[in-house]
Amino acid sequence: MLPLSSSMEFTLGTELAMALVLGAGFGFCLERAGFGSARKLTAVFYLYDMAVVKVMFTAIVTAMTGLFVLSALGLLDLRELYLEPTNLAAQSLGGLVFGAGFVIGGYCPGTSIAAMATGRKDGMAFALGMLAGVYAYAEFTPGIDAWIKAGATGEMTLPSVTGLSMGWFVLAFVAFLLFARWGMRQLEERFGYLRPAA
Amino acid sequence: MTQTLTGGTLHPDRDAIVRAAPRPYWNPYLIGTLLGLVLLATYLVTGRGLGATAGFAAVASWIAGLFSPEHVAANPVHAKYWNEGAPLASWTLFLLIGAFFGALVSGFLGHRLRFAVERGPQVTDGQRLELAFVGGFIAAYGAKIAKGCTSGQALTGGSMLNVGSLVFMLAVFVAAYGLAYLVRKEWL
Repeated sequence: MLPLSSSMEFTLGTELAMALVLGAGFGFCLERAGFGSARKLTAVFYLYDMAVVKVMFTAIVTAMTGLFVLSALGLLDLRELYLEPTNLAAQSLGGLVFGAGFVIGGYCPGTSIAAMATGRKDGMAFALGMLAGVYAYAEFTPGIDAWIKAGATGEMTLPSVTGLSMGWFVLAFVAFLLFARWGMRQLEERFGYLRPAA
Repeated sequence: MTQTLTGGTLHPDRDAIVRAAPRPYWNPYLIGTLLGLVLLATYLVTGRGLGATAGFAAVASWIAGLFSPEHVAANPVHAKYWNEGAPLASWTLFLLIGAFFGALVSGFLGHRLRFAVERGPQVTDGQRLELAFVGGFIAAYGAKIAKGCTSGQALTGGSMLNVGSLVFMLAVFVAAYGLAYLVRKEWL
């Protein structure tokens, strides 16, 4: 029964080795998608290159489909997977702040590592800013953690909130992706004049 | 260039130029599928998905510990990542180290390794580096408040249809699209 972590005890060394391997796949994908470049990433906000949405959305739909199919086949216990408790206030506020950091800084935490690995100095600067930010959070505003915890409403997923099976959402997301694919092509044509020449 | 067009002698540096030209990125839908499979594999093995911010927090806790382990113990946020004195033995940090090497390999194979600053033509390298640092600082705060970033919330939580993660993702795009016009000089 999956996940493996529910039936097996990994040693620390095994866990960290698995993290390295999975991380390598993660970083390879990010760089290959072009996400080691801040200009490619921020292009999504000027609508001339929607690769960020395409990759993210496809990844989410792929993983979601896999999780659903494996659990429907009885091979995976979804309840064993960690879910970050929902706190709508914290997640919308945090998302707004994060989005600002994303468009100003040009990266998100994971992609700044991919940028740094390929020699982008701004990726390095972003990663240092991240480090300073988490450090400052711990030093100056550790109280925010308690506020987040107090306001958390527990585990909340679309299936649990609506009572609909996960399968319907998988179908809806796949359908939406196919529609969005068409829509994004239109956007890229419409705003293609913003694309840098070289 | 003319030389190659007319079929004359090749420019001596031509091979070097061809070799150095970056290869195109892969199709975003193909990469998205691969990334989704990496995420799925992470879920199936570890029971949780990807993440990045906790790796930074682990390094912050480690740095704080170099100055004063007592201070780390007294600080609830640093203490969370202290891992009984071995903050660097963090799963997410190792994921990031792996990501570094994965990106390095991909960049090498795609001829995209170079020391450069990514920016639009209307800002200087120095300005861009400052903005990157400031943006990283702001993003860190956002990720701490939301308890996750693009990896931990959007991708990982999104694929489980976690309501908070989907709200987070929406908020990220709202803010970024809202501010895009103000910072257009940095990118366009």
